Order: sequence, then C-alpha cells, then structure tokens
Amino acid sequence: MGERRRSISGGFSAWLIYATVALFVVLVGGVFLSVFLNSFASSWFGGWLPDGFTGKWYVFAVDEFGLGNVLLVTLIVALSVTGISLVVGVPAAYALARRDFRGKGLVLGLLVLPLLVPPITYGIPLATMLYEYQLAGTIFGVILANLAPALPFVVLIMTPFIEQIDPNLERAARMMGAPTLKVFTRVLLPLAVPGILAAGLLVLVRTVAMFELTFLTAGANTQTLVVALYYAAFSAGIRPGQSIDAMAVIYMATTLILLIAALRFVNPVNMVMRVKE
Amino acid sequence: MTGAARSKSRWGIDGRLVLLLGPALVLVAALFVYPFLYGVGVSLTPAQGREGIFSSYAAFFGDARERASIWNTLRIAIPVTLANLLVAVPLAYRMRRPLKGQRPISAVFVVPMTLGVVLVAQGMLTFFGPAGWFNKTLMAVGLVEEPLRLVHNYVGVLISLFIAEFPVVFLLLLGYASGIDPNLERAGRMLGAGAWQRFRRITLPLMMPGIAIAAALSFVATFAVFPSAVLVGEPAGSTRVIALAAWQAAYERFDYSMGSAIAITMAAIELAVVAAILFGRSRLYRGPSTGGKG
Repeated sequence: MGERRRSISGGFSAWLIYATVALFVVLVGGVFLSVFLNSFASSWFGGWLPDGFTGKWYVFAVDEFGLGNVLLVTLIVALSVTGISLVVGVPAAYALARRDFRGKGLVLGLLVLPLLVPPITYGIPLATMLYEYQLAGTIFGVILANLAPALPFVVLIMTPFIEQIDPNLERAARMMGAPTLKVFTRVLLPLAVPGILAAGLLVLVRTVAMFELTFLTAGANTQTLVVALYYAAFSAGIRPGQSIDAMAVIYMATTLILLIAALRFVNPVNMVMRVKE
Repeated sequence: MTGAARSKSRWGIDGRLVLLLGPALVLVAALFVYPFLYGVGVSLTPAQGREGIFSSYAAFFGDARERASIWNTLRIAIPVTLANLLVAVPLAYRMRRPLKGQRPISAVFVVPMTLGVVLVAQGMLTFFGPAGWFNKTLMAVGLVEEPLRLVHNYVGVLISLFIAEFPVVFLLLLGYASGIDPNLERAGRMLGAGAWQRFRRITLPLMMPGIAIAAALSFVATFAVFPSAVLVGEPAGSTRVIALAAWQAAYERFDYSMGSAIAITMAAIELAVVAAILFGRSRLYRGPSTGGKG
C-alpha cells in the first residue's frame, strides 16, 4: 500500500522532476515572454518591463513585411506538400507494409536517408538544379524542395500504422468480390484515417518549420513565414526589433494552432517516432 | 525472401507493386538522390583557378579557417546531444511510472517545438542579454557583479539548440521507457536488487536502443545548425559552423564547387557519426522489453 502511494504521488525523484520542469518553464517561458512583451512595447530600455504598450508593431509587420503574402505562400506550400506527400506516400507505405520483395531494404534505406542527411547538403545542389529548370524562386520549386524530406517522412510514419491494420479485413472484402480499388477506398482508407491525419498534421507542422530548403529555393515573393522571419531577424537594425518580435509571435501562434490540432490525433510520444508497443 | 513472395515473381515484384511504390521512388530519386549525386559531381569539377578533381576538397581542408568549421560544429553538436541525454534519461526513467501532472509536464516539453528558431533567438537576445531578466535577476540576487555574456557567442548557440532539441529527445525516450514492462523491475526487486542496481542492470540496458536513436536524431539536428549559429552565435568566429561555411562558399563567393564539396564533407562526417552510434546500438541487447510470457 505504502509503496503504491509513493509511486503515484511523489518521493524525492518526483520533486526532482518538478524542479527540472520548473527551471525549464522559467527559462523557456522567460524567452517567450520577452518576445511577447517586446512585440507590444512602445519602447523597452533596460527596465524590468517595457516603457509603454502599443499594438502598432503588428500593423507595421503586416505592412512592412508583406505578411499577407507571406502567410498565403506558407499556407499554399504547406498544404500542397502535405497533400502530395500523402497521395504519393500512403500507397508506398501500403506496399512496404504488406509486401515482401527483393530490394526492400534498399528502398527503406533510400527513404531514411533524406531524413538523416542535413537538408543543406542536398539543398544546395537541389537549388542549383531548380535554377537550371527555372523553377527556383517559384512557389512550385519551393514545394518540390520541401517534398524531398516530407514524402519519406509520410512513408515511414504510415508503414507501421498500416502494418497494424488486420490484413484479414482486406482478404474478407476481396473474397466477397470487392475490386482492388474498392478494397482500398472502402476498407483500408477508413481504417487508416487516424494515421493519415496524424502524418498529415506532422508534415504540415514540419513544412511550416522547414528553414533550410525553403531558404535555399525561395525567391523574394515566395518566402514562407520562417524564412521571412529569418531575413527580418538577420537584418535587425534596419527595422525596429519589436516588429520582428510581432512577426515571431504570429509564427508561434500559427504553429501552436497546428500543434494543438495534431495533439488531438497523436500521442505526443509518437510525434517523434512511432514506437512499437 | 519467402516462398510465398517468390511465387509472384522471382523477385516478388509485380505491376501492382510498381504502381504503388513507383511514384514515391521516382520523386525521392529526382529530389534527393539526383541532387545529391549532382552535388558530388559539382564538387569534383574544379572551379576556376583550381586543378584536379579533388581540388575543392583540398582547398577546403587546406584553409585553416574553413577547416575550423568542422570543429566548430562538433564542439556545438556533441555537448548539446550529451546534455540532452543527461537530462532526458533520468526524467524519462522516472516518468515511466505514474506521476502527478504527467500530461501538463509532457505539454511543457512539447510546446517549445512550436516556438521556432527565430523566436527563440529573438527571445534569447532579450532574455539572456546584458539588460535582460536573466542577468537582472542574477545581479539583484547578488550572484554576479557584471552581466554574464550569454548571447552572440558559443554559449548562446548551446542554449538555443538545447531548447530546440530537448523536447524531441525527451519525448522519444519517454516512449521507450514507458514501453518497458514494470514486471521486469519488480522481479529484480524481489530478487534483492537495489534501486541503482535495477536502473543500471535492467532499465538502462533496455533503454539503450532508444538512447542510441535519440542521440542520433539529436546529433543530426544539431550538426546541421544554421540559423541559430548566425542569430545568437558569433558567425564570424567561434560559431562559424560547417553549414554556414557551405552556404557562404556557394552563395556569397558563388564557388559552387567548393560549396558542394563542403556540403558533401558535412554529409560524410554526419553519416559516419550516425553509423557509429547505430553500430554501437546493434551490439547492445536487442530482445523484447515487454517481459517474458504475456
């Protein structure tokens, strides 16, 4: 009895965790709050708090950084990348989950590699290649570049998910005379919806956050939020710091909404990698 | 290859498999394999003023400032990865058992994933800056006389990467730790093993594969560091990392051959480290962690 109570509520080790969490919250919370407060500060010189508050930096950010266009580009890129990688990736994941064939290890290796190699290593030649086909700087080029890591990511997340769907259900449907396409749309897809939603949202979040590949391939009018933000921060001094912070807060709000949506469908533990139970 | 697979064709490949897998493989080949090989080709094509196929590599390794970028990157990636593991392993180990506030605690570690590099960088410049809350508090308490220099240097990059990568490592390890059957430890206790012994001899070995994966992922992410090295680091000096060196060669000096050579070198070093980690993992215990008969 005593053992059970200790294991749920506390003991020294639990307090150690609470202390670590508190420290993390204070540091990361402080970092976030600094940006948040500063984005509303009329000015902030060395005091504990800003000298006054205003909302004008958000208006400034929208005008000065062309935020409307940036958000639109971000949305188009993220949704296209998610859509294409799901349409192409789910069938591939199905093949890897259900079939055994010569060279399967090679295919898996080929899919893991783009997730392992730093994006800048293939991003530089990829950007050069896109320039040659005159696709660099276009939104289509940005979408293509972002597909390189997104597609393997979908395949690798969906494969174990499809593996755990009972193959007997498909067999039963087929035995009752359903053609392949119907088996896919009526039996498999409905069962795979939770996995597809999870994979889709994760790819969406990752694409919004993908810096390097977009940075290397985007033109002046095809920057996503994260790249526009980087340029703004990089050229700090030209524009008031508060307006950059206002944009950073908008960026965080966007990803936070996506993440909350994602967490409704995925256990945070599986966000990173599906662990076999 | 099993007999069943062979009955379809000798290789287990048929039209339907090609239809399912083909588009994905074509895209990966066009957007990853081809650019990568193209990059290798460009790196072996000497730029103006250099001769010999390995001249771009020779130019990179021959220049002390360029060569230093490798060390600069490792000096960031290795400590951050180790620090992540050092904090995350004990936390995940404890959290595999029920703990009050499990969900909010997980949330605390997930939310930083949304912050983004630039917000963290901007926030750090304010928060950890000489007039920021962190230094103000330390001075008010009397811990330091002068504000600590925590941004625009090596330490700044370490902090920003720790904030960015810790959540990933922690969540991954939590997944592994909670997959370990508690009965194994109970058995250990019944046989008289103390808490440390149970951790050292039972749980830690079972968590090792997860630790290896987490270390590899953390290293991959931190080795590729680019934006934070510029924004909170000292990009002209101690945090001139290899990704930055590659970018500068290609887009500031328009020396694509050298840029590609640096990028390929970067991939080679990274893959070598990851392979070493995963090879180490393959020599560890690989049995089930869910206990004996279910």
